[in-house]
Amino acid sequence: MAGGAPGGASKSEIYKGNGPKLLLPAWLFIGVFLVMPVAIMAIYSFLTKEFRGGVIWEFTLAAYDQFFLDRGLFGDEPPSIEWTYIGIFWRSIWQAGLATVLCLLIGFPTAWFIATRDVKARSVWLFLITVPYWVNLLIRTVSMKFLIRDTGPLNEFLLALGVIDTPLALVNTNFAVQLGLFYSYLPFMVLPIYAAVERYDFSMSEAAADLYASSWATLRLVILPVVKPGIVAGCILVFVPSLGAFLAPDLLGGAKTFMIGSLIEEQFKGAAGNWPFGAAASMILLTIVMGVLLVHARAQTKGER
Amino acid sequence: MADNAAPLTANAVEIDNVVKRYGFVTALHGVSMQIGDGEFFTLLGPSGCGKTTLLRCIAGFEDVSEGAIRLHGQDIAPLPPHKREVNTVFQQYALFPHMTVSQNTSFGLLRLGWSAADAEARAKQVLDLVQLGQFAERRPGQLSGGQQQRVALARALAPRPKVLLLDEPLSALDLKLRQAVRSELKAIQRETGIAFVFVTHDQEEALTMSDRIAVMSAGHVQQIGTPREIYEAPSNRFVADFIGETNLLDVTVSRVADGAAEILLPGGARLSCPAALGARVGQGHLSLRPERLGITISGQGQLQATVEDHVYLGTDTQLHMRLGSGEALVVRLQNGAGAIPERGARLGLEIEAGAARLLSD
Ligand SMILES: Nc1ncnc2c1ncn2[C@@H]1O[C@H](COP(=O)(O)OP(=O)(O)OP(=O)(O)O)[C@@H](O)[C@H]1O
Ligand SMILES: [Mg+2]
Repeated sequence: MAGGAPGGASKSEIYKGNGPKLLLPAWLFIGVFLVMPVAIMAIYSFLTKEFRGGVIWEFTLAAYDQFFLDRGLFGDEPPSIEWTYIGIFWRSIWQAGLATVLCLLIGFPTAWFIATRDVKARSVWLFLITVPYWVNLLIRTVSMKFLIRDTGPLNEFLLALGVIDTPLALVNTNFAVQLGLFYSYLPFMVLPIYAAVERYDFSMSEAAADLYASSWATLRLVILPVVKPGIVAGCILVFVPSLGAFLAPDLLGGAKTFMIGSLIEEQFKGAAGNWPFGAAASMILLTIVMGVLLVHARAQTKGER
Repeated sequence: MADNAAPLTANAVEIDNVVKRYGFVTALHGVSMQIGDGEFFTLLGPSGCGKTTLLRCIAGFEDVSEGAIRLHGQDIAPLPPHKREVNTVFQQYALFPHMTVSQNTSFGLLRLGWSAADAEARAKQVLDLVQLGQFAERRPGQLSGGQQQRVALARALAPRPKVLLLDEPLSALDLKLRQAVRSELKAIQRETGIAFVFVTHDQEEALTMSDRIAVMSAGHVQQIGTPREIYEAPSNRFVADFIGETNLLDVTVSRVADGAAEILLPGGARLSCPAALGARVGQGHLSLRPERLGITISGQGQLQATVEDHVYLGTDTQLHMRLGSGEALVVRLQNGAGAIPERGARLGLEIEAGAARLLSD
């Protein structure tokens, strides 16, 4: 990973030399199962929808038109910008960003705590972190709903304590969706940061303290920059699936918390679906994600020099 | 140096009866020493004797269990590491991989509140001192081990600490480089006038570089002295054995007075020789340096021994001999025109002046 240990900048020539031959199976696999589906989606997004789901092989920009432009109820008015879907996208990005920040705020100290235990305790903590994820995401999201609903344990507990008189209406709010996203993706933040902190050489912190850096300066100037690749990986691993998530928004949110994932999901479900529109929305989402990653990669290579 | 408070004492560091315990393990058992201003002071001892622990106590990474450490007369116990005017060259360098050599070097200066321009100028000056001027914009990962070591040194020197702590800084270097960096280090120390506390378990390194050496073993200080004192006047068996080669003989001591002793050698000859402080009448241990024993052609001498084996060492030949009383003895002869004695030859040995010393235990 870029920006890692000393000497990490240049890989040995031996590895470069054998690369092409040894990588062939991986290239084939990626080609067939990663690039092909995306290519199919890209093509579908330019096809004409069929009313019972599916597509007709006639190329058109109708799906993108529907996404960005409002032509009135009957499609005969002069086009103006259609804000519905852009709004959904914007809200989704915002939700996913917030979930990423929350995961980082909780995940970093958690990862730090685990990585600084002794070796035996570390594996126990890591195991405990992953235990809930052996249960299906759907089940976990539903149980989250049970936990926070009006008659759920959280409200009962707060009522019993006398903190509140009426149950908090938590279900179908942004808060509930946030909670769902945070809970779903926290380990994806913890694990890469854990890996980075575990490799971190604590004599660097001692060196910083020796050179008159306070604990805060040590964190800011030495620890965070050195474990940054882990933090970035964690953020990407949380942000990207949060952006396309549909279980948490579907089950914990309501109409007001509708996210991209649900929008796309609907287009491919049942007879009411619109495959080209779903494909177009996916392509737009993909473009945004690629854009973010590209900007990050640019910044990273610039920082290296 | 910017010493505002006039030092009450010329000692850069005073270590006063320091005890360090890790749970049930005691790493330092009441260690005391004074390190002078501008002195090259070496902590020498076998692995696990507490050298690193003592350095870490001075730097502030460990709290002492008992005793006190003073820097120019000031007790530093209440100061966290980042408030101590002491810098460390770490054994594994601990350079910051995401910063350039120049940024590594100015790190401490910026934390002390120097302006960016001043810090950069000072970093350049120190990097020139360690001959790394042209590498200022590289990252540590792009340097050789020896160059990284010098960055670690430059980084620690830049803030002009009162004391520089060096924990086996040369151990990762190969022999050639180690010798080059050794003399460089010594020159830098003379030039800057900073007190160096240098940890090593390499006795040659200690003897060649130090003003004074503290020999440690199992958390105790065994002896403190100049390299010459340590080598020529070891106070006890541990020091005599650890520094250089020596022969240890059990002898009977008949008289000890004014730093000299009368002893009875195995085989019956009498010898008067210097005695360490604390040597007593009765049974004692005699140290005989192998390179100061001479063989006599006549077969006469204070000791008689049989040659069992010889080992050719280039400039010297090592003779493994056995005394009549059964004790083994090593003699080192300089190779020259003379013939090397055959195996089985019975020889007489002369004890030259300064070869023998009665130890305290
Ligand atoms: N954190 C610790 N916990 C428990 N015991 C320790 C700890 N650090 C050091 N020790 C013990 O203290 C003793 C002295 O250790 P120290 O690291 O000071 O040795 P050293 O003289 O530097 O050895 P070396 O030449 O191998 O570096 C050793 O017996 C070691 O096992
Ligand atoms: Mg050590």
